[in-house]
Amino acid sequence: MNIVKSMAAAAALSVAAVGANAATLDDVKEKGFVQCGVDGGLPGFSAPDDSGQMRGIDADVCYAVAAAVFGDSSKAKFTPLTAKERFTALSSGEIDVLSRNTTHTLHRDSALGINFTYYNYIDGQGFMVKKNLGVTSAKELDGAAVCVQQGTTTELNLADFFRANGMEFTPVGYDTSVQTREGFDGGSCDVLTSDKSQLAAIRTELKDPDGAAILPETISKEPLGPVVRQGDDQWFNIVKWVLYALINADEMGITSANVDEMKDSGNPAIARIMGTEGEMGKDIGLSADWAYNAIKQVGNYDEIYQRNVAPLGLAREGSVNALWTEGGVLYAPPVR
Amino acid sequence: MAEHHTKIPWHRNPKVRSIFFQVALLAATVWVAATILGNTVENLEERGIRTGLGFMGGAAPFNVGFSPFIEYKLGESTYTDVFIIGVLNTMLVSVLGIVAATVLGFFIGVLRLSPNWLMAKIASAYIEIFRNVPLLLQIMFWNFAVFLPILPAPRQSWGLGATAFLNNRGLYLPSPIVESAAGVWLMVAAIAATIVGIIILRRWAHRRQNRTGQPFPVLRVALAAVVVVPVLAYFAGGQPFTLDFPFLDTFNFEGGMRIPTPLFALWFALTTYTASFIAEAVRGGILSVSHGQTEAAYALGLNRKRTLDLVIIPQAMRVIIPPTISQYLNLTKNSSLAVAIAYEELVNLWAGIALNQTGQALIIIAMTIAVYETLSLGTSAFLNWYNARRQLVER
Repeated sequence: MNIVKSMAAAAALSVAAVGANAATLDDVKEKGFVQCGVDGGLPGFSAPDDSGQMRGIDADVCYAVAAAVFGDSSKAKFTPLTAKERFTALSSGEIDVLSRNTTHTLHRDSALGINFTYYNYIDGQGFMVKKNLGVTSAKELDGAAVCVQQGTTTELNLADFFRANGMEFTPVGYDTSVQTREGFDGGSCDVLTSDKSQLAAIRTELKDPDGAAILPETISKEPLGPVVRQGDDQWFNIVKWVLYALINADEMGITSANVDEMKDSGNPAIARIMGTEGEMGKDIGLSADWAYNAIKQVGNYDEIYQRNVAPLGLAREGSVNALWTEGGVLYAPPVR
Repeated sequence: MAEHHTKIPWHRNPKVRSIFFQVALLAATVWVAATILGNTVENLEERGIRTGLGFMGGAAPFNVGFSPFIEYKLGESTYTDVFIIGVLNTMLVSVLGIVAATVLGFFIGVLRLSPNWLMAKIASAYIEIFRNVPLLLQIMFWNFAVFLPILPAPRQSWGLGATAFLNNRGLYLPSPIVESAAGVWLMVAAIAATIVGIIILRRWAHRRQNRTGQPFPVLRVALAAVVVVPVLAYFAGGQPFTLDFPFLDTFNFEGGMRIPTPLFALWFALTTYTASFIAEAVRGGILSVSHGQTEAAYALGLNRKRTLDLVIIPQAMRVIIPPTISQYLNLTKNSSLAVAIAYEELVNLWAGIALNQTGQALIIIAMTIAVYETLSLGTSAFLNWYNARRQLVER
């Protein structure tokens, strides 16, 4: 239960002697793997496949970081966390990276001792209803009972949206997204609210997916991305630039399939990413082929997206998650 | 007479030694506590985590669904209100659970000793089933596998006339709307007077029976008074409140009051689980009373029920109460499992939602611990007092 984790975190903060801000990179190298906090029950983002391997766009960030640090993407271990546990797990040092569809907000950035790197999926909150209610717009939801996962920005946006529109609702708050789905399926609420990508994933797991519809409104901005502890700039840079490298690779057309040919590319921008030119790896404290390993073993951003998120029915083309050159907003600074 | 005993060296003096070790232990404890506190503050600062009680006065940015005792208004109610609602909701389900588990536990415990073979076996089976399945599983079972699937959707609610409705969201009842405060106070005064009257009547009947041997039907008179007096007072007070009936709106019933399904599921699970332990305590208590007492009572011509009520149970109570106190405390603490089924008690609302939305883990967890400590110590202080009164007075 979450209280156990919270207690453990509180105890860790109390008992651990000072100096917990020691370089995360050294700790990670010493133990030999990257410990990564994920949801663990959300298809497309992080969920175990048939062989028990964690799969999804969030999990792939961890595999990419492991590949960049160790040259071996399999050196990532996963801790499934509820929304409520995630920040204490990170600040107490239980995990090294939090890659759990987590929204970047001012409060989280400033008051919780954590730093957001960049975004691996840009989302927005929506509503899913049972079709037989005959509701076609979120503005018609006055008086509804709403299933929501606790400890999320979703919960706050929900309250804001109903207040702004002068409507009332009864919250039905669950601890995990699985319980939230069961609550909706079992009829403990009329509406389920979450980020739209999650709604698409949850819908596929309902008893009767065709009986539920996602309403058109998007009521919030939800930039989701990996998070690290505040106060360790080197580790912050590593996680941030691994993600940037995957997006840059997408932009330059470097894929896991052609990465070896690209290594001989005469294009200086590509050569810098491949580590054949400049000292980019040294600058962030990794080997020269850090980005090469990440791209080779995990794939560029587009490969990751198409492999994990596209099967949920969420096309990348024309969405905000497309590259800036293609009408989206994903924009990675240059590797130089 | 010459003083001959040699003086004991100070380091072998038992008194000095005991004081020394106690002081040393106290110093070590204080040192450990101070180190923990110091480390905590330092680590929090170093990680840039802000802490303090300042957030308590701010408006809570989320909604609370079930608050039967105080009104929650989104955007105006503060974190302090959320805390109070959490405590009250925990106390509500605990009190309901304790009362129901006690009644059910006594019943099952007595039944298990019944001479009727079938009844005794049913009671045994009940105890073995309910105390051997993890409570979280039972709570989720009642909520997700029993109540939610069996109860109808809001539009197909089961109704009792147009006054009460039951569906998978909860039980909807009419709620009173106060029209005249003076009239309500009159009613409260009348009911209080009735209760005092019943207590006096009971004492009088008891004394009379001791003196003359004539019983007086106190229970029947009391029940009649409890029904009649409030009704009379209602009309005498000029009908001081009216009822707000629930009515079906777009999604669900509006108006009246709602008792949510998770409360029933949690109450049900806590009751059946704890009752199995109380039943065993009751059985142990009854078996601890010597069989000679039963035979003596039978010899006096008391039937089985009166033997149990007047001879066995009063003596068994002193054995039953101490383990039952532990069960009451367990029940209160177990109510925190409600988070799995969305009942809004302290751990769910406060150590869950409020903790996550503010990030104030240390303070919120400390407050939560303090509440459970207070509730548990209060419950056990009261029951220890009751137990002391129940003990046999030996000469």
